[in-house]
Amino acid sequence: MLVKYGCRLLPPAGEQSIIFPMSIIQIKDLVKTYRVYQKKEGLAASLKGLVKREYKDVNAVAGIDLEVEQGEFVAFLGPNGAGKTTTLKLLSGVIHPTSGSAQVMGYTPWKRDNRYRRRFALVMGQKNQLWWDLPAQESFRLHQQIYRIPPQQFDETLAEISDLLDITRLLKQPVRELSLGERMKMELTAALLHSPDVLFLDEPTIGLDVVAQHNIQQFLKFYQERRKITILLTSHYMKDVAALCKRVVIIAQGQIQYDGSLEGIVDQTTSHKLVSLLLDENEIRTEEFSKYGTVESIELPRVVLRVAREDVAKTLNAILDNHTIHDVTVEDPPLEEVIAEMFSKVDPSIQRATDEDIAASADHAGTESDA
Amino acid sequence: MTAHVVKWWTILRISLEERFVYRGDFALGTLMRFLPIITQIFLWTAVFAAVEQASTQSGAQASEGAAEQSAAGSATTVAGYSLSAMIAYYLLTMMSRAFSSMPGLASGIALQVRNGEIKKFLIQPVDMIGFLLLTRMAHKLAYYTIAILPFAFVFYLCRGYFELGWPDMQRLVVYVCSLLLAFVLGFFLEASIGLISFWFLEVSSLLFVYNLLTFFLSGHMFPLDLLPDIAQQVVTYLPLHYLAYFPAAVFLEKIPANEMWIGLGVQALWVLAFIGLSRVMLNRGLHRYSGFGG
Repeated sequence: MLVKYGCRLLPPAGEQSIIFPMSIIQIKDLVKTYRVYQKKEGLAASLKGLVKREYKDVNAVAGIDLEVEQGEFVAFLGPNGAGKTTTLKLLSGVIHPTSGSAQVMGYTPWKRDNRYRRRFALVMGQKNQLWWDLPAQESFRLHQQIYRIPPQQFDETLAEISDLLDITRLLKQPVRELSLGERMKMELTAALLHSPDVLFLDEPTIGLDVVAQHNIQQFLKFYQERRKITILLTSHYMKDVAALCKRVVIIAQGQIQYDGSLEGIVDQTTSHKLVSLLLDENEIRTEEFSKYGTVESIELPRVVLRVAREDVAKTLNAILDNHTIHDVTVEDPPLEEVIAEMFSKVDPSIQRATDEDIAASADHAGTESDA
Repeated sequence: MTAHVVKWWTILRISLEERFVYRGDFALGTLMRFLPIITQIFLWTAVFAAVEQASTQSGAQASEGAAEQSAAGSATTVAGYSLSAMIAYYLLTMMSRAFSSMPGLASGIALQVRNGEIKKFLIQPVDMIGFLLLTRMAHKLAYYTIAILPFAFVFYLCRGYFELGWPDMQRLVVYVCSLLLAFVLGFFLEASIGLISFWFLEVSSLLFVYNLLTFFLSGHMFPLDLLPDIAQQVVTYLPLHYLAYFPAAVFLEKIPANEMWIGLGVQALWVLAFIGLSRVMLNRGLHRYSGFGG
C-alpha cells in the first residue's frame, strides 16, 4: 500500500517508533573509498602484479551531506568520476559506505530491507532488468510477483504508464526487437510498476535521440508532478536538467560544490554576460571592439563580446554611440559553459570544457568502474 | 506464503516461455546429445572383441580342456560389465547427466558478477539462488518435455542392451530419487563454483578443471568400477560420482540393496552441504561486492 507522507514517514515495522525527521532522504557525512589496483605498464610489471599488488585509495564520495524533501526532483551534475553514480549506488543499497550514514524513508539502504526494496527503484542507463527474448509484458508480470503488486493496481499502473509513454503496442514484442529508446521506456515502466516512492535515475536519456530524450523528459515531469514522488537524477544532458529539476546539486571530487537552483549557478559562477551585436554593413572597424570587452567571436556582420556584468549598460551605451548597430542581444553564457567553469574551478586539471565534452563524456555510464 | 508460491511459479513459467524461443538450438542440441552414445557402442564393441580374442588365445594355450569356458564368449566381462551392461551404463549416465549437468550456470553467474547485472538481486526483493534454481528447473522442464520423445525412441532401440530388464520397485524409487538429487547437487555444486567469481573475477579456467574432473570422476567417461580399488574408494568419498555413476549403478544393480539407501542418504547430505556452502558464499560475496565496488 502506498504510504501517505502527510503524516510523515512510517517507521519500519518492528523497530522502536523513532521520531522521523522531515526529509525523505538524509545523507550525513557519507564517504566511499575504493581500493584500486595500480597496474604499471609492461609485461614485467604485470608479472610482478601476480605476486604483489599495489593499491591506491580513491575517494569516490568524500563526505557528502544532503537532505531531500519528499516530492523533490533533484539533479546531480558533475564531471566523470565525480561520485554521482556512487552516491546513487549507496542510496539504493548496492554498495556499503566506508563511513557516514544515510536514511531513505527511514531505512538504511545498505541493510537491504525487503520493505525498503519494495519502495524504491533504480534505473541505470541501459542496464536492463528485462528478459531479452521475451516481450516486456512478461518481465512486467515477473515484477508484479517479485514486488507483490495487487493485480488491479498492476493493471492500472501498467495501462497508465504505457499509455503515457506510448508503448502499449510494443508490450507484446520481444525486447530484443525494440529500439534503444523503446527499451529505455520499458526499463522505466518496469521500475515504476510497483509505484516506488523514491526513484533513482542514472543517465536515463543516455544514447537517445532528441525526440526520445524529449519524450522521456516529458514523461518524467508529468509523472513526478502527478504522483509527487521523489526523484534523484544524474545526467550529462543539461537539457534534461533544465527541463526537469528545480534543484541542482553539483558534485565534483566526491564533494558537493553547489546546491541550489539552476539559475543560481549562473549568478554565482559567472561574472560576465555575452553581448551579441549585429553590425551595419559599413561597420568594418571590428578591431576596435576589443576595447569594450573580450571578443568571443567575429563572424561579420555579427560580433560577440564578453562583458563584465556590472559594465553591460555602460559598454552598450559606448558602443551605440560610436557604431552603427542593427540589433543587440545580451545573454548569460551557455549553461554548459558555466558548469564547465565551475568544474574547472574545483579541479584545475579540468580545462574549460566545451559542451561537447560534457555531452561526449556521457558514455562513461556503461562502465562498471565508474566511481 | 501463497505470495511466495505465486512468485516462484511466475519465475518458472516465464523462464519456460523463454526456453521455447530457441527452437533451432533445441533441435541441434538434442541431436548432438545422442551422437556420443553411438561412438561408445562402436568403441566398447571393439574393446570387448579384443578382450575376448585375447582370452580365447590365452585360454587355448593354457589348457585345451577348458574349451567350454572360452566357448561362452558372450560372457566376457570387463570389471563385471558385459558388453550389453556397458552400453546400458552409458545410456543411463546420459540420463543422469540430463539431470545433473548445468550448462552455463557457473559462467553465467561469473558474467553477471563481472558486468554488474548481479545488482539486480541487490535492488529487487528476490533471492538470487532461488531465482537461478527455478529458471534452471524451467530450462530442464522445457527441454525434456519435448526431448522425452527422442530419448524414449533411443532407449526403445537400445532396449536389448538392458539384459536385466526393469529393476524392482524399491530400486526404481531409489533410482528416481537419486536422479532428482543429482539435479539439485549439480545445481548447488556449480552455483558454488560460479560464486567464486566474487573473489576471482574470471572462473573459466577453474570451470574447465571442474568439468574435466567431473567427466572422469562422475563416471561419465567410464564406469568407476574400472578404476583400481584405492582410487575407487577415494572417488566414492567425493560428491561427483553422484552426478552420473550412482544413479546408473543403482539401476544396473551394481550396488546392493542395503548400500543403495545409504548412498542415497550420503547424496542428500552432500546436497545439504552445498546448499549451505552456496548460501554462505552468496552472503559473503554480496557483502564483499557491495563493500568494494559495484
